[in-house]
Amino acid sequence: MAQSLEQTGSTPILSVTDLDLHYGAAHALKGVNLDMIRHQVTAFIGPSGCGKSTLLRCFNRMNDLVESARVDGSIRFNGENIYDLSTDVISLRRRIGMVFQQSNPFPKSIYENIVYGLRIAGVNDKATLDEAVERSLKSAAIWNEVKDRLNDSALGLSGGQAQRICIARAIAVNPEIILMDEPCSALDPISTLKIEELIEELKSKYTIVIVTHNMQQAARVSDVTAFFYLGELIEVGGTRKIFTNPDKKQTEDYITGRFG
Amino acid sequence: MKLFWKTGEPYVLATGAALAIILVMSLTLVGTVMTNGLGYFWPRALVKFELKDGSAVLGQITQEEKNPISGERRLQLKVGNRDVFGQDFRWIDEKGIAARTTPADAVLLERREHGNYFGMLKDVTAEGMALTAATPYEKLIQARTLVAGKMADTGKIKKQMSDLNHTAESLRLKIQKLDYSGKEKNAAAISELSAVREKKMAEFTRLNEQATATLAEIGRITVQMTDAAGGSKDISLTEIVALQKPNSMSFLAKCAAYLERVRELLLDDPRESNTEGGLFPAIFGTVMMVLLMSIFSLPFGVVAAIYLREYAKDGLMTRMVRIAVNNLAGVPSIVYGVFGLGFFVYGVGGSIDSLFFPERLPTPTFGTGGILWSSLTLALLTVPVIIVATEESLASIPKGIREGSLALGATKFQTLTKILLPMATPGIMTGLILSMARAAGEVAPLMIVGVVKLAPTLPFDTNFPFFHMDRKFMHLGFHIYDVGFQSPNVEAAKPMVFVTTMLLLAIVVVASSTAIYLRNRMRSKYTTSTF
Repeated sequence: MAQSLEQTGSTPILSVTDLDLHYGAAHALKGVNLDMIRHQVTAFIGPSGCGKSTLLRCFNRMNDLVESARVDGSIRFNGENIYDLSTDVISLRRRIGMVFQQSNPFPKSIYENIVYGLRIAGVNDKATLDEAVERSLKSAAIWNEVKDRLNDSALGLSGGQAQRICIARAIAVNPEIILMDEPCSALDPISTLKIEELIEELKSKYTIVIVTHNMQQAARVSDVTAFFYLGELIEVGGTRKIFTNPDKKQTEDYITGRFG
Repeated sequence: MKLFWKTGEPYVLATGAALAIILVMSLTLVGTVMTNGLGYFWPRALVKFELKDGSAVLGQITQEEKNPISGERRLQLKVGNRDVFGQDFRWIDEKGIAARTTPADAVLLERREHGNYFGMLKDVTAEGMALTAATPYEKLIQARTLVAGKMADTGKIKKQMSDLNHTAESLRLKIQKLDYSGKEKNAAAISELSAVREKKMAEFTRLNEQATATLAEIGRITVQMTDAAGGSKDISLTEIVALQKPNSMSFLAKCAAYLERVRELLLDDPRESNTEGGLFPAIFGTVMMVLLMSIFSLPFGVVAAIYLREYAKDGLMTRMVRIAVNNLAGVPSIVYGVFGLGFFVYGVGGSIDSLFFPERLPTPTFGTGGILWSSLTLALLTVPVIIVATEESLASIPKGIREGSLALGATKFQTLTKILLPMATPGIMTGLILSMARAAGEVAPLMIVGVVKLAPTLPFDTNFPFFHMDRKFMHLGFHIYDVGFQSPNVEAAKPMVFVTTMLLLAIVVVASSTAIYLRNRMRSKYTTSTF
């Protein structure tokens, strides 16, 4: 099922060119070039501190929150550089959703959690909100579990449920891309399995970029895998190729567990 | 033995002991205040002592102790009748007592002046009033019920007089203003207003005469009393506030009397330079001042903390400001009082007066201590507490929550108002509770910026604009100081000190409990999950 970049031949939705990122004096990303294809799952793997999360956070400009971060190079989203001065960060973040490592439901009801993105965008029509809640909870495969307690606090949910609520919350605003930063690292195997199945289904509607430490997970869910090491993109290619026949020695060592 | 120390058990015991000591101390504090305060209103027996030297005293036993030198017991009696004996209290040695009785018809009269009178009721003289009751005591009660209507009428007349006075005063100020802005050109208006004012003043004088006449009429009814020493005294009916025969009261009657005194305490005005009567103006002043203070300090504190924590760049300047704010909380409160006097009262208040109330000068309106300046001074005093509490609670919100909101396309401001502030509310409430408790108990700065021993009017009444922020007010904390240390009869006022303290404690407890209740409700709503 995994396809290599060359085989699809479609235009990239996200395209990273010569990206450098400094945190103060530390050089966190070094000359990264990478394309991400529409409706594919791209997995970022690599040892801790290799810059994969940093790169992910560049896509929706979450690194803006870090005062010392400085970005050079460009990231084109549908052809437009998101680091242009004219970019509206708010609307960018609406089009590129994000799911975090720790599930972070707001201390509100499940319903209010899902419609939060719509409400802050100024949508207050009850019917639209109701429809969005049902649609996104169904897409996140959690509708059956919570449909009878939409007005209960989202804080009472289990870790796996809370993470799927966070995915539903991201879906509710209809983004084009969903960024996932180690979404399963705090979950038990069964919840992890559910999220992985969910990623498989979401692929048809959204483009997904996932950072993971779990190489089996990358092999299971992704179409394209990118391997990072010390801020450099070492190798990128179809997941099957990366896991069976990588070009670089470093990639092979990491995948086979010889270092990292 | 080494293991015993290693397990940490002794330290656990030590922390437990420290907590126990703190608990005991606070319970002792509350207990002392309660036992001294609560018993004050219970009708105590009037005991008559025949002494071996042939004299006799009638009074309530207030203390018993051993003479530290001779070892003999002695009693402290509240003998009352200050106008007759010159003092309220007297010590007698137990060995000098020949006989001890509790005469059933001993009467306690609470008077408007000179404290209580203890004695026997001889007769009631009432000109032109047919008193049908058999005993003098019943006659007295009958006379009091007969004049009760008239007393109520004089009360109403007094209220009318105060309203007239208010109208006349505002007319006088209008005339004054016209006068200052050109006597000749406003002559017509001035004479018109003067005529109206004359009319009001005439009405005032008429009412005053009426009230005086009624009071004089009631005053002609007198009670002839004899005290234990044999002296007699005529007391006018207008002098008497309440009366009881404590020695022949049933338990239920005593309970009723107790409750009546509590009602009086909570709802009536003070008498006899605050040592008797109620505390209503002080309770009202304290509560209103604390609420005003919260209205000023809460929004300012929260907004300042939001700026410091969320918007200000974390540099040298921010750190300096933060240190300054924290130190502000430690500045002695009297310093704030002096600042309030110089800045608020003389500076701001003086300017308000010359801009808006020039006709009243040189009598100051806002240019003198008042409830507004007191609240603002205390708001300054408590705002650091709120800033620190708000900052702490904003800082304790997990980063993931902020990022989650921002990642959904929320602006920083939306994140703040929709997510962060609701989550920080319990912490902010904690700050508010602390600051309210502090403000309610603060006395020193208030003495400079607006608290008085006896305020003639409340800062709130039915005359426009209802809230009179320029007025001086009474405060329970100052009341304690004043009654306990400044009153002419400190010994007699001592129970009142405890009662006032108890009330102040009660107000702080009620305010804090309400806030804690609200906080806990919010906390259960906004606690973040842990898994």
